[in-house]
Amino acid sequence: MQLDQLYQEIILDHYKHPHGRGLRDAAGPDVRVGEAHHVNPTCGDEITVRVATDGKVFTDISYDGMGCSISQASASVLHELLRGRAADDAAVVHEAFVELMSGRGQVTPDEEVLGDGVAFAGVARYPARVKCALLSWMAFKDAAARAGVGVSPTEVKA
Amino acid sequence: MTSIAIPAGMPQYDDVPRFDVARVRADFPILDREVNGHPLVYLDSANTSHKPRQVLDVLAEHYARHNANVSRSVHTLGTEATEAYEGARAKVAAFINAPSVDEVVFTKNSTEAINIVAYAFSNASLRPDTDPRFRLGPGDEIVISEMEHHSNIVPWQLLAERTGATLRWFPVTDHGRLDESGLAELVTERTKIVSLVHTSNILGTVNATGRITQRVREVGALLLLDCSQSVPHMPMDVVDYDADFIVFTGHKMCGPTGIGVLWGRAELLAAMPPVLGGGSMIETVTMARSTFAPPPARFEAGTPPIAEAVALGAAVDYLTGVGMRAIQWHEKELTAYALDALATVPGLRIFGPNVPVGRGGTISFALGDVHPHDVGQVLDSLGVQVRVGHHCAKPVCTRFGVPAMTRASFYLYTTTEEIDALVAGLEQVRKVFD
Repeated sequence: MQLDQLYQEIILDHYKHPHGRGLRDAAGPDVRVGEAHHVNPTCGDEITVRVATDGKVFTDISYDGMGCSISQASASVLHELLRGRAADDAAVVHEAFVELMSGRGQVTPDEEVLGDGVAFAGVARYPARVKCALLSWMAFKDAAARAGVGVSPTEVKA
Repeated sequence: MTSIAIPAGMPQYDDVPRFDVARVRADFPILDREVNGHPLVYLDSANTSHKPRQVLDVLAEHYARHNANVSRSVHTLGTEATEAYEGARAKVAAFINAPSVDEVVFTKNSTEAINIVAYAFSNASLRPDTDPRFRLGPGDEIVISEMEHHSNIVPWQLLAERTGATLRWFPVTDHGRLDESGLAELVTERTKIVSLVHTSNILGTVNATGRITQRVREVGALLLLDCSQSVPHMPMDVVDYDADFIVFTGHKMCGPTGIGVLWGRAELLAAMPPVLGGGSMIETVTMARSTFAPPPARFEAGTPPIAEAVALGAAVDYLTGVGMRAIQWHEKELTAYALDALATVPGLRIFGPNVPVGRGGTISFALGDVHPHDVGQVLDSLGVQVRVGHHCAKPVCTRFGVPAMTRASFYLYTTTEEIDALVAGLEQVRKVFD
């Protein structure tokens, strides 16, 4: 078992220097906001994800939480990848990330779609850690639904 | 360890009972294996212990040679199985110095044992003709502590909800000790039961129960001790402890999973209404109503975990053979060694007592602000198995202001070399995350 497959430099970097962390209020009267709080009951990790959208584009994705490097880095990558994206486009990325994490290490990620998210390919080989990586992504899906935007029909079988 | 000359006539250092750890380790087949290319360093015995060959052999032998249902067969196999099952009950009773074999109720685990007591209260509260000690209602109080495992919190919360009784608890001090300063106000004439952990599964604290027991007797309440982390690690004498109930589980004491014990005073078990109804727990059944068997059968509805009970008996034999005093001393030495060794790790914070007095060989800690999941993952890559998370004791994590902790826990087969491997592993964690 190679530890550096799990803790890729990209993951550690996002963990130590998270992008877009902190919950932000939405700007503008036409912005719809949705928020979701998810907990991983096995380890106590928590995350709150807030999305702001005009109905078409995720104008902001903000988050706050506490947890392991995998869960926190994953939220940072989520922010990087999906903020400013159209809902349809975000759904494609979301589905690709969930597919990668559910693939038990058998899925080859597409860097064009997943960007820094490809670094999580190694995490998929550690069943105990898949939930950590997906925590913010599942919270994002709920938050988006609450803002009236469907993201992904994919259910997680972690 | 520094040795100083103890005056003649005083108890000498060598008087302490000891055993050969290498020989003990040879009894545990799993300790030979490697994890991730490293020798297994198993520091998670508070979670579950490993099983010696002597226990595994008995388990296999029972199924291979004596398999039958218990307490209902006239045939030879049924008699053998029943004798083995009841023989295990006698071994367990002797192990905890129970005055009567019938005071030992086999359960699935500690959780089920606590729930049996809680539901006996609940069922008794529904009927006016039951023993008043088990009847609960508004104004009555249940007392637990902030350092309980969830299994000694949730059943009482549910019982309080069902009956209207109030749940109260002892706080925990900054040093991870039970705060008894409010004892007289906390345990009062309103208290019906005090249910307390004896050894904390997360802080390692061994609670001194004397003052609490005395207060419980003064107010006429009942006392349950959760001994899940005590019975595997030290001699337990239910008479000496003057408890009303104790619970523990087989898999933490070299036995199999699926078997636990509720010990209760005979007259209390006899006063308790049944909880699970079914076969084996009845005296007679008509279509309209049933009467119930005396304890322990009253609380063992259905086919019990027979082979597991028999193997638990073998585990008790094994532990008795090594010697519980010797095991307790071995773990005390390991704990002293580990507390010293962990103190050398920069940024490490221990939760719970930081001296090897009034504590067992279970040590929880934080390493800087590295999340325990990450600590555990790096240690696992080096073959070191520790538990990370909230350890089913979330209120303790909340008390100390952390979402989770890393926990190393020891047993009779643990060595100081394994503690060294832990400390070396923590250096590796710091390298990855600094």
